[in-house]
Amino acid sequence: MTVEAQPEQPSPRQALGRRRRPSVTSIIGLLFVGLIVLWLLRNFVSDPELFIEISLIGLTTGCVYALIALGYTLVYGILQLINFAHGDVFALSGLVAYSISINLLNLTGDTATIALIGGLFLTLVLTAAFAASVNFTIEFLAYRRLRDQPRLTMLITAVGMSFIVSNISLYFYGVGFYSASNLIQAGAAFSIGDITVRWNQLVVILTTIPVLLILTWLVKSTKQGKGMRAVAQDQDAAAMMGINVNRTISFTFILAGSLAGAAGLLFLLLYNMRFNTGFELGLIAFTAAVLGGIGNLAGATLGGILIGLIQSWNEGLTHWTAGGSWTRSIVFAILIAILVFRPEGLLGERTPEGA
Amino acid sequence: MAAEGTGTAPTGLGHRVRGAWRQLPPRARNLIPGILVLSVAALYPVYYDSLPTGVPVIQSFPSVGTAVIMIVFIMMAVGLNIVVGYCGLLDLGYVAFYAVGAYTAGWLASGHFQQVKFHLGSVGISSETRGIHLNIWFILVIAGALTALAGILIGLPTLRLRGDYLAIVTLGFGEIIPQFVNNADDVKPGPGVFDLTAGSFGINPIDAPGFGQSLNSSLGLPINFQQSFDRVNLFYWSALTLLLITIFCSVRLRDSRLGRAWVAIREDETAAAAMGVPLMRTKTWSYAIGAFFGGVAGAYYASFKSGAFPADFYFNISVFLLCMVILGGMGSVWGVVVAGAILTWLNQEGLANIGGWLNRETPLRFDVTEVQFGLYGVIIVLMMIFRPVGLIPESRHKRELEEGGLASDTLYGERHE
Repeated sequence: MTVEAQPEQPSPRQALGRRRRPSVTSIIGLLFVGLIVLWLLRNFVSDPELFIEISLIGLTTGCVYALIALGYTLVYGILQLINFAHGDVFALSGLVAYSISINLLNLTGDTATIALIGGLFLTLVLTAAFAASVNFTIEFLAYRRLRDQPRLTMLITAVGMSFIVSNISLYFYGVGFYSASNLIQAGAAFSIGDITVRWNQLVVILTTIPVLLILTWLVKSTKQGKGMRAVAQDQDAAAMMGINVNRTISFTFILAGSLAGAAGLLFLLLYNMRFNTGFELGLIAFTAAVLGGIGNLAGATLGGILIGLIQSWNEGLTHWTAGGSWTRSIVFAILIAILVFRPEGLLGERTPEGA
Repeated sequence: MAAEGTGTAPTGLGHRVRGAWRQLPPRARNLIPGILVLSVAALYPVYYDSLPTGVPVIQSFPSVGTAVIMIVFIMMAVGLNIVVGYCGLLDLGYVAFYAVGAYTAGWLASGHFQQVKFHLGSVGISSETRGIHLNIWFILVIAGALTALAGILIGLPTLRLRGDYLAIVTLGFGEIIPQFVNNADDVKPGPGVFDLTAGSFGINPIDAPGFGQSLNSSLGLPINFQQSFDRVNLFYWSALTLLLITIFCSVRLRDSRLGRAWVAIREDETAAAAMGVPLMRTKTWSYAIGAFFGGVAGAYYASFKSGAFPADFYFNISVFLLCMVILGGMGSVWGVVVAGAILTWLNQEGLANIGGWLNRETPLRFDVTEVQFGLYGVIIVLMMIFRPVGLIPESRHKRELEEGGLASDTLYGERHE
């Protein structure tokens, strides 16, 4: 027998041994975390206000990442599929949100506050519905037929779907950038001491929190949510218990899609986006989902916020930072480090597949 | 039976031809299609000029320059096939190996490093030129070796991961490396500049291959491809030679002990481990060898294009190569060759030609090239739904899928319960 025979399932004795004597990888991992903490402390000491301001920006971006990451995690939890198309659904719905809010509802920065809130809320609902229907269609047309094929088949199909969706965006919206960041004024909503919270940050955070609460309620407390968790554990057993597996999976995709739609609108309010924004954002959000522990809702939220923070720290802080051109490399380095050192993620549980 | 395995045996040509064909000894039946295809391919630059133009639908046959690019991409696809097709490891970052190969050529065969002057077997370049100038043929080997090393370095920490986690990590590397070459125009900390990769401008010009003065006078081989009269044809023939070597190695590897171990891992990792296949070592080998061919192809392509540019190494290329492997049939060398040729041709000129034809001959007005990756997406999805085995399935793989039952659990780890 070779040693590598079953690296993913340590015997109980091995697991005990691991607990008593920390392995080399965990020491390296801890060192890594220690370095990051040191870096943050250095920056915090030198300029606490800048640090907090930057962190607020990170938190805002992180909320959007969290919404996208939740979509990845929901689908992965139920199908063990990395839905590559998810990021592109997000981008497409962001562009559609632009059409709805700017072209259809004629919202501008001068629109009266009440009308603006109403219009944005309507946009949010419509965009979420649109993204949900796109995601549902993708599952219905492609993934559903491949469920008993090898998982590689579905994964490759997802990559193909991602190309299709991003090219649909390209066809209808072209290569230009779209943004609705002028809808919400960037002025301060309120300030505590020298730290100001801006309106657009407040809007994003105040939209994300209820969405997360609704999602938690849907998954934890409704019958459909219970069905989702059952199907995630064992499709066959769930089917035998009378759960409609197809409907449950469709529901999951609809849920994931509407989260992507909400994220699309919020991203549009903060930054500018184009047809291929979804690819990069999707990868970042997927990293967030893995960081928190894929399949774990709280983990995806935490991971999204952490990645958002790391990104804005890297781009905004002054000491020992690599700068914006390296952000993507840093995010992927984190992804690789997480998969190597702690494949189950920060909040996940160790599964046979995760090792 | 053996001839059917090659997939190139002519069928439906009438009863008599088939009867005569059956009379041939099996060895000849295996060889003849290969020799036919090879001679058609090898003579392509010779008869290219007499090919008709204005053909319906495709309008014109691929130019010789396009054919060189086709061959380079086929080489990469055959290399990727070793990782994905034989060993069942999904690699979404193969473009990283292409980048390593191209930049190796850029570093070792151009005037990029003006600080030094080092010539070794360089052809057609004045010995006074600054920079590192090695002969491209050496560089192909060096690039292959370096890329294989990169493959091992990437593989060691990541190959323990299963299935889609591996796919994501490779994707991560495939994204980091282009960004690295894009940003590494000043890697020296502190003041002063050390330009490693020339940033987004890329390294160019890169030297062309050649055989030098002495081989030219004794054997008549060309001195320097770029300076020759028929440079494209020279590139074409040497690319074809490299491709033949690649295919030969790939086929021989598949049938070797190592190759059988790869297939065993692809079919069922746990069972393979139980049978004594050392998982990590075998997977790392597949990574290293797959990377090797990617590096050689990348270095050659850089020399052909006379430049290595960061904009060439995007995720799309990884997916494009993966498409070739999927479309051809995972693990099937011949399928990958055919699919690689078709897809690269479509990418280079085919789609534009077909789109132009459609716009002219039909009422359809549609810019096909604008959404070409969307079309590849459609191809992938349709292929996965209707013919997951590929155009020319590998015989073993096909058997398994036809037998059924096993199919859902094999190929790529078990389904997660």
